[in-house]
Amino acid sequence: MEKRTNHMEYMPGMEIIESDIADKVIAAMESYDYTQYKASDVLRALSKESLYPEDFAALLSPAAEPFLEKMAARAREETRKHFGNAVYLFTPIYISNYCENYCIYCGFNCKNKIKRAKLDFEAIEREMAAIAKTGLEEILILTGESRKMSDVKYIGEACRIAHKYFKNVGIEVYPMNTDEYAYLHECGADFVTVFQETYNSDKYEKLHLAGHKRVFPYRINAQERAIRGGMRGVAFAALLGLDDFRKDAFATGMHAYLIQRKYPHAEISFSCPRLRPIVNNDKINPKDVHERQLLQIMCAYRIFMPFAGMTISTRERAEFRDHVIGLAATKISAGVSTGIGEHSNDEAQGDDQFEIADGRNVDEVFARIREMGLQPVMNDYVLV
Amino acid sequence: MAKDDKLILGGREFTSRFILGSGKYNPELINAAVEHAGTQMITLAVRRANSKGDGNIIEHIPKGVTLLPNTSGARNAEEAVRIARLARELGCGDFVKIEVIHDSKYLLPDNYETIKATEILAKEGFLVMPYMYPDLNAARALKDAGAVSVMPLAAPIGSNKGLATKEFIQILVDEIDLPIIVDAGIGRPSQACEAMEMGAAAIMANTAIATAGDIPAMAGAFKAAIEAGRAAYLSGLGRVVQRGAVASSPLTGFLEE
Repeated sequence: MEKRTNHMEYMPGMEIIESDIADKVIAAMESYDYTQYKASDVLRALSKESLYPEDFAALLSPAAEPFLEKMAARAREETRKHFGNAVYLFTPIYISNYCENYCIYCGFNCKNKIKRAKLDFEAIEREMAAIAKTGLEEILILTGESRKMSDVKYIGEACRIAHKYFKNVGIEVYPMNTDEYAYLHECGADFVTVFQETYNSDKYEKLHLAGHKRVFPYRINAQERAIRGGMRGVAFAALLGLDDFRKDAFATGMHAYLIQRKYPHAEISFSCPRLRPIVNNDKINPKDVHERQLLQIMCAYRIFMPFAGMTISTRERAEFRDHVIGLAATKISAGVSTGIGEHSNDEAQGDDQFEIADGRNVDEVFARIREMGLQPVMNDYVLV
Repeated sequence: MAKDDKLILGGREFTSRFILGSGKYNPELINAAVEHAGTQMITLAVRRANSKGDGNIIEHIPKGVTLLPNTSGARNAEEAVRIARLARELGCGDFVKIEVIHDSKYLLPDNYETIKATEILAKEGFLVMPYMYPDLNAARALKDAGAVSVMPLAAPIGSNKGLATKEFIQILVDEIDLPIIVDAGIGRPSQACEAMEMGAAAIMANTAIATAGDIPAMAGAFKAAIEAGRAAYLSGLGRVVQRGAVASSPLTGFLEE
């Protein structure tokens, strides 16, 4: 077996920024002992108008589980106060599934024998046009993490094409340097999502066996570099089920909280992904993160940072998704394919990243949002 | 109430003193505001204006209602100016509500950048209505920069907390010779009424009505409250103006002796 590199050490070319946020997040997570909270702590947190990290910690603890209904009521109240009835729609587009990383839970990992593909610009344009026809105005561009097969220029060109068809362009690609984020911003992207996967660096090391993704500190500072590069908004997530989900959710919230305090103008949002089965491994599952726990986490994020956006993934079944919009989530994907080239072809050219659990198209999701008494919104953004 | 009591903004006359905000829009809310609250001015987020489907607010705004496009999404003066120009290109008219927000948590306006944007846009012929934190010096600067009204916040937007900045809004009402339109934070009709009694020229609200159980009924309640407050203000409450002859002057009567 090849020798594993030091995951805390930067690789050549990776920008190092002065920031104490990562240290603060890790310290907060390490000292978080969720067994010490009692019902009274949870109720005190819920009685407060504005919550501190300590209150957020209580809401994520097992002591809060019996109060999930109360938490949901408060979460819904906050969501309505800050977002009204609006529910935003978007879809991800996967333009390449080549990957240089070996992340054992991910369908795209470089050791997984899947059908690989990378769309050329013509195919990207075809896909974008097909998606735009569904009425969507917001798109999230994704790639596998290969700087070789999907370099920054390639992603930038994809952003330019996307900008012709969509009002709002986001990217969820490998972490990059500030100047590279600035370049993608120039190309029309304004939102950056980076999943930290897990904030436990020891566990992180065991899950990310090879590739640039192994470098834990470079990834955790990605949002900050993106904001410095001029991006309007950044999204945070832990992939729930990889490690101790309560600690990971706490770290995710603290990460977002500290970034917002340092960059008050930045728009903050959360994603709440759970582990899913992948091609060649249908055994992968979210372990102890059941829907009840997932909802607890979503409500805790919402009550702690009521102004933050929150996306609900197609990793979850339709009924769960329909119930959490308007309650805690503010954004929902529709017409999703996690394979390559499936929007404009009957069959994907490249395999999926994970199995989705909600295959509804845009019209179906749109109609459902209305049925729920909420308002589907395609765009609430202007590029300036 | 006096028939000629009109709200004048940039030379245009309005009989309604209720402006509908735009944050939590839906078609039902717009209909309720126009039919039940008699609103003649509705704000419009430019960032939502060019959207398709339900998001396109323009399609839901009845003819005869004046559009007040806002620059939400702007983080500095330069971005506000760009969004305002985009609003003009979209055919939204000359009014513009400047919102410059550099804080994603409380959404508090940045007065300094707002003044800069007001100056530029007023020179370009826009009828500028700046959303601001109620600070007297900033309000004076906005007037000097060419604003047609000043829109101080009553409380953080969407908070439904009422007149948290009451004392400072009163100072603006007393000192600034422009219509003072109270914006953001008004959670109930009684608070709208109180602001009007203080001498505010109009009220802007959104969340309070958008999140009500019965939207049309709440719109009607706001209309009644705003009219009551205005009538009270005009009748002399809150300001000592023309109260008529005083029967006697126990403390200073000796001067006449």
